[in-house]
Amino acid sequence: MAKQVRSIIITGNGTNCEREVANACRLAGSEVADIVHIAELLSGRVCLDDYHFLNLAGGFLDGDDLGSAKAGANRLRHASVKGSDENLADQLYRFIEAGKLVMGVCNGFQLMVKMGLLPAHGADFRTQTATLSHNDSGRFEDRWTYLKVDPASPCIYTRGLDGVYLPVRHGEGKFMVRSEEVLGQIEAGHLAALKYCDADYDAPIMDYPQNPNGSVNAIAGVCDASGRIFGLMPHPEAYVHRTHHPRWTREETLPEEGMGLWLYQNAVQFIRSELL
Amino acid sequence: MAWRIVVGLLDGVKDARGERVRREIREHLGIEVEQVRTLNVYTVDASLSDAEIEAAAAGPFSDPVIQEYSINRPLARDFDVLVEVGFRPGVTDNVGRTAREAIQYLAGRPLAAGEAVYTSVQYLLKGNIDKQTAERIASGFLGNGLIQRWDIVTADEFDRDKGVRITLPKVTSDARPEVREIDLDVSDDELMKISRDGMLALNLEEMKKLQAHAADPALRQAREAAGLGSQLTDVELEALAQTWSEHCKHKIFSARIEYEDEQGNKETIDSLFKTYIVGATRDIRARLGDKDFCLSVFKDNAGVIEFNEDWSIVFKVETHNSPSALDPYGGALTGIVGVNRDGVGTGMGARLIFNTDVFCFASPFLEKTLPPRLLHPRRIFEGVVEGVEHGGNKSGIPTINGSIVFDDRFAGKPLVYCGTSSIMPRNLNGKPCHEKKVQVGDHIVMTGGRIGKDGIHGATFSSEELHEGSPVTAVQIGDPITQKKMFDFLVIARDRGLYNSITDNGAGGLSSSVGEMGEDTGGIEMHLDRAPLKYPGLQPWEILISEAQERMTLAVPPDKLEAFIQLAKEMDVEAADLGVFTDSGYFHCLYEGKTVSYLSMKFLHEGVPQMVIPAKWTPKALSEPGFDLPADLGSELKALLGRLNVCSKESVVRRYDHEVQAGTVIKPLVGVANDGPSDAAVFRPLFDSFEGVVVSHGICPSYSDIDTYHMMACAIDEGLRNYVAVGGNIEHVAGLDNFCWCDPVKSEKTPDGEYKAAQLVRANKALYDYCVAFGVPLISGKDSMKNDYQIGETKISIPPTVLFSVIGKIGDVRQAISMDVKRPGDLVYLLGITRDECGGSEYYEQHGELGSNVPKVDSAYALELYKTLNIAQRDSLIRSCHDLSDGGLGVALAEKAFAGGYGIRVDLDNVIVDGELRADKLLFSESQSRLLVTVRAENRDRFETLFAGQDAACLGEVTEEPRVLLSRGKTTLVDVDINILKEAWQAPLREL
Repeated sequence: MAKQVRSIIITGNGTNCEREVANACRLAGSEVADIVHIAELLSGRVCLDDYHFLNLAGGFLDGDDLGSAKAGANRLRHASVKGSDENLADQLYRFIEAGKLVMGVCNGFQLMVKMGLLPAHGADFRTQTATLSHNDSGRFEDRWTYLKVDPASPCIYTRGLDGVYLPVRHGEGKFMVRSEEVLGQIEAGHLAALKYCDADYDAPIMDYPQNPNGSVNAIAGVCDASGRIFGLMPHPEAYVHRTHHPRWTREETLPEEGMGLWLYQNAVQFIRSELL
Repeated sequence: MAWRIVVGLLDGVKDARGERVRREIREHLGIEVEQVRTLNVYTVDASLSDAEIEAAAAGPFSDPVIQEYSINRPLARDFDVLVEVGFRPGVTDNVGRTAREAIQYLAGRPLAAGEAVYTSVQYLLKGNIDKQTAERIASGFLGNGLIQRWDIVTADEFDRDKGVRITLPKVTSDARPEVREIDLDVSDDELMKISRDGMLALNLEEMKKLQAHAADPALRQAREAAGLGSQLTDVELEALAQTWSEHCKHKIFSARIEYEDEQGNKETIDSLFKTYIVGATRDIRARLGDKDFCLSVFKDNAGVIEFNEDWSIVFKVETHNSPSALDPYGGALTGIVGVNRDGVGTGMGARLIFNTDVFCFASPFLEKTLPPRLLHPRRIFEGVVEGVEHGGNKSGIPTINGSIVFDDRFAGKPLVYCGTSSIMPRNLNGKPCHEKKVQVGDHIVMTGGRIGKDGIHGATFSSEELHEGSPVTAVQIGDPITQKKMFDFLVIARDRGLYNSITDNGAGGLSSSVGEMGEDTGGIEMHLDRAPLKYPGLQPWEILISEAQERMTLAVPPDKLEAFIQLAKEMDVEAADLGVFTDSGYFHCLYEGKTVSYLSMKFLHEGVPQMVIPAKWTPKALSEPGFDLPADLGSELKALLGRLNVCSKESVVRRYDHEVQAGTVIKPLVGVANDGPSDAAVFRPLFDSFEGVVVSHGICPSYSDIDTYHMMACAIDEGLRNYVAVGGNIEHVAGLDNFCWCDPVKSEKTPDGEYKAAQLVRANKALYDYCVAFGVPLISGKDSMKNDYQIGETKISIPPTVLFSVIGKIGDVRQAISMDVKRPGDLVYLLGITRDECGGSEYYEQHGELGSNVPKVDSAYALELYKTLNIAQRDSLIRSCHDLSDGGLGVALAEKAFAGGYGIRVDLDNVIVDGELRADKLLFSESQSRLLVTVRAENRDRFETLFAGQDAACLGEVTEEPRVLLSRGKTTLVDVDINILKEAWQAPLREL
């Protein structure tokens, strides 16, 4: 029990990708990968404290009706946990302060950014300084993208990687910042761990469709200064086996493991060496 | 009081939505607007403090990084005309509902009943636009008058302090609940007037049956004992009309048909459904014996087949044509979330794994003035695509297969087919999961959304043609998130064994769902006043038949009721106990303790009289065209690739999430640039198994203009051909038919009814013949029989159309095959024989001709070919495989080449031909049961040995040089760069 890596995937209110995220966690070696409905957390029967790795999966929280993840962020901030005097957000901040891992994908990333969890300059996890807004195309799109890894990033999930190929599936993925200053902090801190790039993983790219949404500086994924809190628009859980690759029927040398799995393996590896 | 919060983007932030609206206004209406910017408006009608409103505006309603907001003051500036579009009272406002919830979290208390948030959008138009033009923009694109209202304000008129006047679209009604009695002891004319005025869609014979029923003295006595008068109540009449509607009872498919063929042979068909559809499945299952893989057919909301020892697959396809004609977005959205409830409401419940969608539209570029009440096909296209996008994407269900068929007759009624598949355990708590049974004493529990006036008369409305008085209330807007929350809850309730039966509330609402479930026990007792309502003022009959969305009905045993309600509450899902299932023999409804309906269950379900429909088949005198062989076949090919029925649908496909759930192994877009057209989809539903589900379809309405028998045969073959192309196992496959017909009942309005009915008979005969021959059982289906438009003298009837959907299995998804050529040097083989069969083809249509030689299917020949192909696939002999359909060999070769990024060089003299064929027919004939495959050169002998004795001809090879080079002996017929062909194929719908 003591040596188990314990992952939690929150679901409910429009989260859609919980099953495949749990699968990715398990494939990466996490002994526990519990899909937990938010009602379970709010009832107090399940507590974030019992886990190491929190996954905020893709979907459409509350239909993204007030803007992507806005209503979801409002719920996390204000909904109280039964039988205690804390909100769910208090558990979340305690989780972060304990040095544990949080990864948000797509809608999960939108949720994190809108709660202020990312990029969290100066470890301020409560002030929103960036956002994810409507794609320049004005449309939802499902398309695969090449992502260049910043090797100098503190991001623990992308350690040892050069580039990954993953699908985006969103209508609101355009990363924007409040000010040039925020962008400067992100770049100076190498917090933009993933950027949309060309097919050779050479350089970040602003052109559509390689940059599918018009994100500033081609930013696709962002971490905090610790590298443990991380969010990205592309879906790593959607490429954990070679048959997920859109060209697996023509590229005969693809490894069995998909590139997205690497991010989860890094997370599990980190927990094993630092948190257990 | 009401507050008005306006939210807009900060200066300098790109308004992608506004920009898109500007483009669409130009495309749809041909009006140039210089600039469009958009503002979101939240009108909050609740008692809150200033601080709470401020917190809502600054918190959940706006994004501090890119947006600003104002409270009770306008944000609009720098515009010439402002258009504000909001909903009409009672229309589902999903954003408003979420906003209301957000305020509750913020305030830490629930809002009172009737307190609400209403949303609207302000469009700030800049340019040379007067009020009249703005009205055209509002009614022609920004809003839909059926469900929305708008204010138009010019810059001069705009009140800079107060902004646009506040409108509260609150449903206000002081109607007291009342139950009317309807006197049916009247003349025939009066009976029909009651049917028409009440939107009952019952014919005279049916009305007379009701008349006789009401007059039966024995029944009167029973009714009086229950506290009712001798006349039927409106509740009863409405329940009967819903249950007896064409939509629910399929009266045309159950009718007795007097059929006469072209030789004067007469036969009586007692129910097309029983004879041909159920009959085919019965005969196939008997032949399969212990290899029968069907588990539940025709009796539930969807069909169920075996997947493996532990799991079963559920499949259903619905149409949602009539609502989509009125409100394309809401209609299509409701179509997809509605069919999802069928998937979940089958057996004891299932988990949704993928959606499919097929649309039939008129050309979005149609330049004709349309008759009244018809929306332009481009608007329909846009709205339907967006509706299915929101329905599927927000529900977390990948849309993995579909197509769009174009024919200008679909301007009269678009066809919107929505399919869904789900997976369930073979056994649940020790019992087969695909079975269910209500027990006497079980509680009737309705869960999910609340009841409003939306969707009243949906079932009866879709049982008629589109006409002037088609009701606004027939339109509903789905709410995928409320539904998703309900599904999350139901799967837990299922696994905990908290209910005995489940079904969805679709057409006919509670009247149908509870009525059908009550057949298990033989009676119900339901208290209509216990149903949760969206707003007060609904009449008892409205509560009974409302088709308000996101609702399921369950049978919950008394000892599980508390646990069920408790779980629902915890998961923020509504659940209401409405009464009990009984064995009284009566459909007994009460309102505030007083009986309002006391109908015999037997009469309700079995009372509808059988229709008698005449059908006479007179083949049309058609002939083959006589045009000369075109000089430039390369240009012909290019033009074919750019035809709407052939061209790329990528712009639509990308708007659907086709990968959520991480199971899509063969995606809709494949090839070197991820943009080639897949024949079918392969989906892996379980993370711990490599077994896969294969789904595809066939649809070819253009052949109906020659003979619906062969249309049906071709649709079946096309569906199976697509299915085997990717590796689907031809011995573990089921079919599902969706008939969309124009009214086939001879009448004043439909003088050619006998012909249309004969077309229907012929399609059914082919359905039986070919399903039995291929060994493909039908497991479920649906028909929509009134796809006509009639206002005044104008009548538009759709071409008879059948969507044949195919679902089956592949043993190992790692053996699936995609359609793109893989490597230069690979050999190109054509499987099948090519005949002079251009009748109804895209090629003839390109030349303005119909022809007469419709493609015919030889099922025994095809089946042997498909079986052999399956072996070749399992032996890894096939590198790519693509079916030949619209545009024939020429189009298939081009698609294969540019999808793979290589050229193809082929000698057409090698094509196996029946007789002599002119070069254009060789290239563009649509003969069925043909597939193009590529094979590694070193596997030539093994491949040819396997196909010995069958039609498999090596035509040429894949080339490094990116050209499609087609010759006949030494004569070059086509020599075009693949990029030119690809551009021709991609261009037409790219911007839509």
